[in-house]
Amino acid sequence: MSINILEMVNITKTFPGVKALDNVNLKVKSGEIHALVGENGAGKSTLMNVLSGIYPYGTYTGDILFMGEECRFRDIKESESLGISFIHQELALIPYMTIAENIFLGNERAKRGVIDWDDTALQARRLMSRVGLKEKPDALVKDIGVGKQQLVEIAKALSKDVKLLILDEPTAALNDEDSSNLLDLLVELNQKQKITCIIISHKLNEVTRIADQITIIRDGSTIETLVKGKEDISENRIIKGMVGREMVDRFPRRVSNIRDVGFEVKDWVVYDPLDEDRIKIDHVNIKVNKGEVVGLAGLMGAGRTELAMSIFGKSYGKKISGKIFKNGKEISIKNVSHAITQGLAYLTEDRKNAGLILIDDIKRNITLSSLGKVSKNGVVNESKEVQVAQEFRKMFNIRSSGVFQLTGNLSGGNQQKVVISKWIYSEPDVLILDEPTRGIDVGAKYEIYTIINKLAGEGKCVIVISSELPEILGICDRIYVLNEGRIVGEMDVKDASQESIMRCIIQNSSEPIASGQ
Amino acid sequence: MDLVLRIKGAFRNNMRQYAMLIALIVIVAFFQILTDGILLMPRNVTRLILQNSHILILAIGMVLCILTGGNIDLSVGSIVALVSAMSAYFSVFLGLPVFVAMVLGLLCGMLAGMWQGFWIAYVKIPPFIVTLGGMLVFRGINNLILDGQTIGLPQEYVTLASGVIPDFIGGNGVLHVATIVIGVAFSALYILLSVVSRMKKVKQGFEVVDIRTFILKIALVAALLNIATYWLALDDGLPNVFILVAVLIVVYTFLTTRTIAGRHIYALGGNAKAAELSGVNTKKVLFWVYANMGLLSALAGIVFAGRLNSASPTAGVGFELDAIAACFIGGASASGGIGTVFGAVIGAFIMGILNNGMSIMGVSTFWQNIIKGLVLLAAVAFDVYSKSRARKSV
Repeated sequence: MSINILEMVNITKTFPGVKALDNVNLKVKSGEIHALVGENGAGKSTLMNVLSGIYPYGTYTGDILFMGEECRFRDIKESESLGISFIHQELALIPYMTIAENIFLGNERAKRGVIDWDDTALQARRLMSRVGLKEKPDALVKDIGVGKQQLVEIAKALSKDVKLLILDEPTAALNDEDSSNLLDLLVELNQKQKITCIIISHKLNEVTRIADQITIIRDGSTIETLVKGKEDISENRIIKGMVGREMVDRFPRRVSNIRDVGFEVKDWVVYDPLDEDRIKIDHVNIKVNKGEVVGLAGLMGAGRTELAMSIFGKSYGKKISGKIFKNGKEISIKNVSHAITQGLAYLTEDRKNAGLILIDDIKRNITLSSLGKVSKNGVVNESKEVQVAQEFRKMFNIRSSGVFQLTGNLSGGNQQKVVISKWIYSEPDVLILDEPTRGIDVGAKYEIYTIINKLAGEGKCVIVISSELPEILGICDRIYVLNEGRIVGEMDVKDASQESIMRCIIQNSSEPIASGQ
Repeated sequence: MDLVLRIKGAFRNNMRQYAMLIALIVIVAFFQILTDGILLMPRNVTRLILQNSHILILAIGMVLCILTGGNIDLSVGSIVALVSAMSAYFSVFLGLPVFVAMVLGLLCGMLAGMWQGFWIAYVKIPPFIVTLGGMLVFRGINNLILDGQTIGLPQEYVTLASGVIPDFIGGNGVLHVATIVIGVAFSALYILLSVVSRMKKVKQGFEVVDIRTFILKIALVAALLNIATYWLALDDGLPNVFILVAVLIVVYTFLTTRTIAGRHIYALGGNAKAAELSGVNTKKVLFWVYANMGLLSALAGIVFAGRLNSASPTAGVGFELDAIAACFIGGASASGGIGTVFGAVIGAFIMGILNNGMSIMGVSTFWQNIIKGLVLLAAVAFDVYSKSRARKSV
């Protein structure tokens, strides 16, 4: 039990402009269940991507020792061949193939390139019984539930003779019963079949239930490793480790000048666009005063982005109902351009895929949502456009060679300033900023906070969605806590702390709460 | 020396834009030599324009489709056929005045485009499938109307497609004076507009190109324009379709580069999601791009029917492929968001000169197809290569 099956030593991984991992150390004992916890973006998944070879050797620094030997994986195949299997949060199954075909995908039971279907079915059945999956091997993956699909993934890992199984948020999409079964299975695999597991999870009750050791990662560094039996591994203790960082002047000061209610959403209900019976936003009520910055806190998948996008011209969801009031008057918003003319702006969390046109230059991106303002009779006045772009470039210090530089060549922080410029140029009264500082460095974050303060100072209603609790606490006046599509808490920033927000989320989860102490 | 360096610099920055132009010049020079000078004889230049006018018109519409996200329209050849049959139906069977018949023909093409635009934009069926369906449907309607026969058309169609402008100034039989006057007038207009726009930019403190480069550029364009009109004046004069195509190029270049509608087309192809979240009505854009493609196909149909002097069941077969190839040779990106009307026009000319040059040389059509295919592949491969190099240098 005491031998380390895996040692990751001083792993450092940088993305352009951001240090995602900073000298991370991780030791996993043979035969244990090791949990990795941390906030969104702390670096858990990045670390596992390094381990499994998704980020190949050479793109990071540091050493990986697996079963005592140094490994330099160039791709996933190499790590898999040594017995490391990584099950991602988004399952990598092919829906229109059968369970058996999926289990042996890339690892087909074949002789000289010809698949032996009998052997495939036989072996699949054997593996399925090991994970307790009661289905026919020739059932299509799309026809079985998410919980069973998760089992197929595990069976697939077992077929490759796995020694170390990594699971990223395995229960995120599962209901209570499926989650519980899955955890039981992991414990069983671990104890009877001696498979070492690393589990990444936000659900601390699950972590405390099954983990032997818990490593806490924060801001790309390992903070501590807690050992079951030796140390206190209660949820409160873990939360403290996850969020406990000092905050010295990471946020510019602002004197709040909060006026009357400027924006209000009442009884907002949204259903999943893919499954119209599944409620995503459940009777949400929020209001924002002029000059106020309101935070929306919650875990990934809590429905924050869905709420924002459904408000912003119904760009998400089906069967949307509820009322929106601006300056006390009810407004109806049919589509995005309608939302923009009504004075709304939404800064997407997915800057590269949904925020910018990377093959276009800075000026075109800035004017895209308000082309009417730089044109006459439908003809764009390019010199005016350049002037506008140059003003924003100067005002927000967008570091670039000029307004004609393609946005694809800018750093994350400067890209974000371009998107913010776009929305400020549309002169909104209500701004919804979804993860405004995701993936950008500390300096640029400070600049963006300054912009947010300026907007609030001008009397605009600002809603900030962020997974970083310190950020929410640092820049907001008031905080709504969202969980599973419902508002589960509202607090003034003076009364809020990271612990209280986390507690609010966890206490309102439909998952049973494990006895803490 | 300084000037040379500066030109070289400007060249490197606009490498992709100029590459196609250079390719065109190289191909022209190549065939000029191989055909013993026949290629650029005034008579053949006129023929080149007449022969390729319909592909030019189609390529202008097609590049807009491709800009929206690499979407192509396979039905344009069949819409050409549909409209040529409709022209025969309105002007011959119903005996309507030719002008009315032409307007109705354009309307039919536009309706065909709107039909496809509806399925593509609002029902979200992939353009490839919708236009493949349209290709069969519209060809079928042509055959129904014509009952498999070829029908002759009134003289006005022929005049539009193959005629030249009248020499309203009165030439001496050798030179078509009106053509030269038009050339001079338009180059003067071009110079005037360039100077005014430059002065405006200087006044507003924008960066402008060096004055010598500027003069060199406008002098070159003006000279080319006048040589072209002089050349055509040596033959019968400016063909009507030349004016038609020139107007289309100017209008659509303006539309794509200077208007909100144009911006929305580029934005949709550059990143559909970002465009939608920025308030671009992406469905409307897609719908009108395809409606416009139908309209331009109809125009090409009328021109083509006029050139053949008839409506035929096989009109327009394979045109879609020529138009698509022209766009890609002209630098349009298969994933959308990149491409220009001017590029598509250059691409169409490259295709046309390949066709014409090889025909003069007596190369068999089998070989012509092989060579055209390889040129398309080489052009796109060059584009991919230069893009990957540009990315590395960033």
